[in-house]
Amino acid sequence: MTSPARDPSRSSWYVDDAFYADLVAGFTDFARDDRAVADPAVRDRCRMLLEREARLLDERRFDDWLALYVPECLYWVPGTPGGDPRREIAFAFDDRRQLEGRVYRLGTGYAWSQIPASRTARLVSNVEVFATAHPGTRMVRSSFLVAEHRAGDTRTLAGSYAHRLVERDGAWRIAVKQVNLLECDRSLRNPSIIL
Amino acid sequence: MKPDELPGPYDWDELVQEDRVHRLIYTDAALFKREMTHVFGAVWTYLAHESQVARPDDFVTARLGLRPVIVVRDSGGRLRALYNRCTHRGATVCRQERGNAKAFQCPYHGWTFLNSGRLSGVPWPDGYACDFKDAKFNLAQAPRVESYRGFIFGTLDPDAPPLAEYLGPAAQPIDEWLDRHPGARVEVREANRIKVRGNWKLAYDNSCDGYHVVFSHRSLLEMENRLEDDPNKGMSFYKSRPDEAPMYMAYFGRGHHFKDKRPNIEKRPGALWEIEGAAPGMEHFEAKIRRRLGDRAARALDLAASEPVNINIFPNLLILGNHIQVIQPLAVDETDLVWYGTAVVDEANELGGAADDVNAIRLRTQEGFPNFGEVDDAANFEQIQRGLDALEDEWVYMHRGLGVPGRVKTDARGVVTAPATDEAFMREYIKEWKRLMQARPNLVARREP
Repeated sequence: MTSPARDPSRSSWYVDDAFYADLVAGFTDFARDDRAVADPAVRDRCRMLLEREARLLDERRFDDWLALYVPECLYWVPGTPGGDPRREIAFAFDDRRQLEGRVYRLGTGYAWSQIPASRTARLVSNVEVFATAHPGTRMVRSSFLVAEHRAGDTRTLAGSYAHRLVERDGAWRIAVKQVNLLECDRSLRNPSIIL
Repeated sequence: MKPDELPGPYDWDELVQEDRVHRLIYTDAALFKREMTHVFGAVWTYLAHESQVARPDDFVTARLGLRPVIVVRDSGGRLRALYNRCTHRGATVCRQERGNAKAFQCPYHGWTFLNSGRLSGVPWPDGYACDFKDAKFNLAQAPRVESYRGFIFGTLDPDAPPLAEYLGPAAQPIDEWLDRHPGARVEVREANRIKVRGNWKLAYDNSCDGYHVVFSHRSLLEMENRLEDDPNKGMSFYKSRPDEAPMYMAYFGRGHHFKDKRPNIEKRPGALWEIEGAAPGMEHFEAKIRRRLGDRAARALDLAASEPVNINIFPNLLILGNHIQVIQPLAVDETDLVWYGTAVVDEANELGGAADDVNAIRLRTQEGFPNFGEVDDAANFEQIQRGLDALEDEWVYMHRGLGVPGRVKTDARGVVTAPATDEAFMREYIKEWKRLMQARPNLVARREP
């Protein structure tokens, strides 16, 4: 249990050197054939979590979406392919507090980039599950397509997701979502939706 | 065809008036085309930062206006802006965005150029009767490339004043921005990039605009202060009577303008850090820096906070917060805004070993504004572009402060100052734009002899 003084919704003690080191190590070359999880039941549970996440984002149910994440979570969109967040700025790098802030901002009524709000339809596919050195942690690699319609324009954003899932109280939750956007190092118009 | 033969005629006094400008300056494709010769390249134009080409043979690709260039530190250490255009058939010779190369070989027919621009080889030369020693086969390049303390600019005007003279009084805030860092320098560490379906001047108009802050960025201000008992984070000092605050706008001449918010902050180490909004890892790394440095920690923490200045170097360099923002026009209604992040480089260990921890916060604090502030400005820029489709409603106003007694002051150097929300900077820089657009540009693409 986190002490109130270190509530990750209000402060950021957990994003420390060890967090970064573990993050970079854990998201480098994790998709190895010898670690692929073949059990269809496990893969199905992971797929269900990703599909539910996509639906909640499409429905803009952001608080329900946040509830899929552990308290000490990360939403990470590298700004270069494989970019190391210790060395360079990212497209987005939100800890729990900032992710809640991102959602809060969208709800203020003054986030002009999302007024009117984008309508999105997400496809999450090619889901593969990989074991890690920790039995309670799995890595899930998937491909995504987000069709986004806003104010008369429709576009498609694509790439791959890497989710770090952890088992908490018998349920799988999201610890880290890494979004590897094809256009991560390109100028992108109105990059204001949660990917 | 000479640039001044481009389509016209324009009644410049009609387009740019004392208090307003015509919508055409943001919407007319022919005017945009003229800007690409009369402004971009006609004056010193920002190209890249030296940390991106730190070693000999390092290069990055860029644009000088629309011209594709390779900004390279050649094998002899000299900075150049080579036209990325094979002298044979016109193909770009370099397709990588960055790298290290002594030579560039055109992928189309294999012509090879040294990074000085000189042609070094042509496949099967016995099929040619010409002398390839003729300079006309060497890559074109900007006749003048200079760096001001790491900021690399190029111009096609061989008779341009030295870069430092072009910067004029704007050099002082650049010096101050750099001098607070260890070694008085920074390093570029990738970028946040936003494309805007809008004219490039909308971004340049905005970069000193203190009037939009609490409206365009209201969601950011509310987000930054949502957990605060005392809501003073970020740009909160704009919220009540910003024109009475000690911050101000300045116009330096030659199109350069400046928003100085530093006077709002108490002059003591740590005061800037105290108003920095939340960032990932902030509490952990602050505690670590304080443990390491004790009462010397405040200076280090201030380097992780956003420096409260906007130094806007006409036409395309905006040094703001800790960012180096570059305005890249692509079409009359399309602009890329590239927000390069910067990091501290502490080779002499002035920060007592804390530089990595400072950067651990500083990289994160720089992600905040592009994610939660710039997106809303960009939405507003696009909506201006859309609004300007209303043909019969011709005027765009920039007259805030005009004619208000005592509001706009000019000092002995000719520097114009006014309260923070004033639009005097816009009125002044657009006069310089108007002058350049009427002048005959002196554009020369040089080649190595």
